Amino acid sequence: MSKLGEIISRNEERIRADWINDMGKSIQRADLISKVELEEQTRSLLSAIAKGASSDQSDDITGPQWNAARELLQDISSSRARQGFTPSETATFVLSLKQPLFMVIRQELSKNQEEMFAVVWTATQLLDKLALLTTESYTATREELISRQQQELLELSTPVVKLWDGILALPIIGTLDSARTQVVMEELLQTVVATNSKFAIIDITGVPTVDTLVAQHLLKTITAARLMGAECIISGVRPQIAQTIVHLGINLEDVITKAKLSDAFALALHRSGRGVVRLAPGAAQGSGGSSTRRDD
Amino acid sequence: MERIPILRMGPFLLITIQVDMHDKLAMQLQDDVTERISDWGSSGVLIDISSLEIVDSFIGRMLANIAAMSRVLGAETVVVGMQPAVAITLVELGMSLPGVRTALNVESGMELLNASFGRSQIGTMHDSSEA
Amino acid sequence: MTVAKRELLPLQTSSDVVVARQKVRQWAIELRFSLIDQTKLVTAASELARNALDHGQGGQMTIEVVNGAARSGLRLTFEDHGPGIPDIEMALKDGYTTGAGMGLGLGGSKRLVNDFFIESETGKGTKITVVRWK
Repeated sequence: MSKLGEIISRNEERIRADWINDMGKSIQRADLISKVELEEQTRSLLSAIAKGASSDQSDDITGPQWNAARELLQDISSSRARQGFTPSETATFVLSLKQPLFMVIRQELSKNQEEMFAVVWTATQLLDKLALLTTESYTATREELISRQQQELLELSTPVVKLWDGILALPIIGTLDSARTQVVMEELLQTVVATNSKFAIIDITGVPTVDTLVAQHLLKTITAARLMGAECIISGVRPQIAQTIVHLGINLEDVITKAKLSDAFALALHRSGRGVVRLAPGAAQGSGGSSTRRDD
Repeated sequence: MERIPILRMGPFLLITIQVDMHDKLAMQLQDDVTERISDWGSSGVLIDISSLEIVDSFIGRMLANIAAMSRVLGAETVVVGMQPAVAITLVELGMSLPGVRTALNVESGMELLNASFGRSQIGTMHDSSEA
Repeated sequence: MTVAKRELLPLQTSSDVVVARQKVRQWAIELRFSLIDQTKLVTAASELARNALDHGQGGQMTIEVVNGAARSGLRLTFEDHGPGIPDIEMALKDGYTTGAGMGLGLGGSKRLVNDFFIESETGKGTKITVVRWK
């Protein structure tokens, strides 16, 4: 099947020029890609295709002879995805190579109809496979982007707050799945080390349901914190959650739980040897009187 | 053979693990700790693992063993400074090291040891040549 | 799936176990794994390497960088020609042990990696392959 490879190599420049000319303004997308870049893409792609088609694995595009072409297509596909091309546009870019290629094949093999048909058939199969490759690449690139955005969203939605010296709070809003738990755990534990905090209050007021899985995730976080020398207190346990926990038989014996965040905070303060005192009457700010402002 | 050094800090022992231990070294440490507690009558053991980037089940068991053996000899053990990644991995591995007390760092670890023995003063550093 | 890089390490002494996990750490860093993922993989490697040494009477670890369709990862294969594991399902359960101490190595390691394959035949040996994807 190296006939195809031969034909392409012999007529590379001409095929390439026709390819770009035939592309038509709509596929060229001068708004997304420069003429120079387009010429570069077409040149290297055609050259890689010629190489693959000339090899002894001319119809198996998964083989090593097609590595260069595949990688090139993946690059082109990824960069076009980022530039804003639709997957169809990129696939059409590859498929539009058919016309100039067939023209050249017809010219070269006009004397031999049988062979001409065979080579055209090989060429069309090849280009179809290559075009499909670009759509696969496109999907992979988009999925990577989505998962990266998901990760960033996860990190943003669970801020760790310092309530006092050595006391952190982690208000969780929304559902707690294993991906989120991972991120939450990491951030909490890293903050524990960075702020030297012995207490971490995990507030679950904003967690809609607590099932066995969520409880497991919470317990993992608590155990990890304990291994590091920090104590976790769970707060914001609503009555329904308390019932669910008991019904499911979840064992929270070793875990301190409080209904309200304020109770948890008071406990943490107490356990770290601190308390909140009431100042002498009149010393509270804004109560009038002759207290002078201190510039601290 | 190289050994993990054990420092004496008054009534306590301080062990800082900074190397990637192979199993024999870990076993040697267990032996050395029990001997030192015996020799010096120590009442507390502080194991600083803040430099350890890996704690697998073998090391985990070593820590639990040291804590258990020390307790039998009348000493409390506190493991300090476990890194977050290590803690998360240990939990995933299924180890929670029950019976091993932990603290964030050497300072809090000392406070913990002092509190268990009703001491108000933190021990000072001695070199091991002192009898 | 293609293999971009491969290396073979012996597991005949306890120092070999240390060398093996340091190698895994090094490659994981090169592949830009997150710290947590690095730690999980290196810990799993330590467990499995030790198993091969202590229960498998010594063996080897193969470390490979693998590239899938849209992702890359690190693949570790632990092989020994020891007595083999008679009941694999039992061995994967937490708390199972034939030696002294807590037998968390196998089941625990499975939780630390993405893919876990185990083949074992009594009298012939054991082969465990694990992969952690980026």
